[in-house]
Amino acid sequence: MNKNVFKKALTACLPVISSFIVIGISFGVVVQSRGYGPLWAGAMSVFIYAGSMQFVALELMASGAGLLTVALTTVMVNLRHVFYGLSMIDQYKDVGKAKPYLIFALCDETYSLVCNPPQLAPGEKKAFYLLVSVMNQASWVLGSILGGLLGAALPFSTEGIDFALTALFVSVVAEQWLSTKEHTPALLGLGLSLLCLLLFGAENFLLPAMLLILLGLSLYRLGKGAKA
Amino acid sequence: MSRAALIIAVAALVTVALRFLPFLLFGGKRETPPFIAYLGRVLPSAIMAMLVVYCLRNVQLSASPFGIPELLSCAVVVLLHVWKRNTILSILGGTACYMLLVQLIF
Repeated sequence: MNKNVFKKALTACLPVISSFIVIGISFGVVVQSRGYGPLWAGAMSVFIYAGSMQFVALELMASGAGLLTVALTTVMVNLRHVFYGLSMIDQYKDVGKAKPYLIFALCDETYSLVCNPPQLAPGEKKAFYLLVSVMNQASWVLGSILGGLLGAALPFSTEGIDFALTALFVSVVAEQWLSTKEHTPALLGLGLSLLCLLLFGAENFLLPAMLLILLGLSLYRLGKGAKA
Repeated sequence: MSRAALIIAVAALVTVALRFLPFLLFGGKRETPPFIAYLGRVLPSAIMAMLVVYCLRNVQLSASPFGIPELLSCAVVVLLHVWKRNTILSILGGTACYMLLVQLIF
């Protein structure tokens, strides 16, 4: 593994690492306030490793939810992750032994970095994917444990810091927009998601949005004569 | 095992299953079906746009502060990105703008 690819991975990850540490800390603080120690926060970040689902899991733990409820809730909250794998099948085809971990670690933020990688030499790809995946999760786990240790003793207001993840996704959309002339997929994604948000509301729009996006992209391909 | 640990285990297993599902269905040694290859090309831009909407899904446009902090900060991210195309700068600028707005003004 050469220094060059490490530098590229670190540069790509830096925004995620810094926000993961800070948001991980706030997650750890919440876990601690529910009466679970730092190891619980760390374990959730190691094994579940899906930010919003971890907060939801805390609510489920507080209400002592049934396991079927937990399973169904997880499917609803994390169904979008199926999409990530669907679009990474070719890129992750020849990544060797690290493949199971790369798939396991495909959270929103890691996906946003590996689906839109910087210029890489063919031999650098594997190392880039792995470094990005490991550094992101390590910072998330580290932040969670730190938060659990600090508890409520945090000296400054972090209100609004979670906007960093929204900002990350907005900047990825902007970058993808600037680097291609084919804007229909992005417009379909935006338009159909907004439409479903209006029709189905904040808690239920994701599933119909994903189905409509698949349908829209299929029709778009047909419209172009399926040569793509 | 305590109920809490079981809940974490189930949430973890279902999440992993969702992430592996497409690879189990289409990731075999054989050629990737053309439609899946096509999705690999066009899905990322569509999904990232969906993810932005997902992040902003709880913003209330009909009540104060009318989503102004979110929309303004997203605009800052886009403008910074079009100007410098530096991801770190775009994220830091947008987040700083949002934190200032929600902590000091709204």
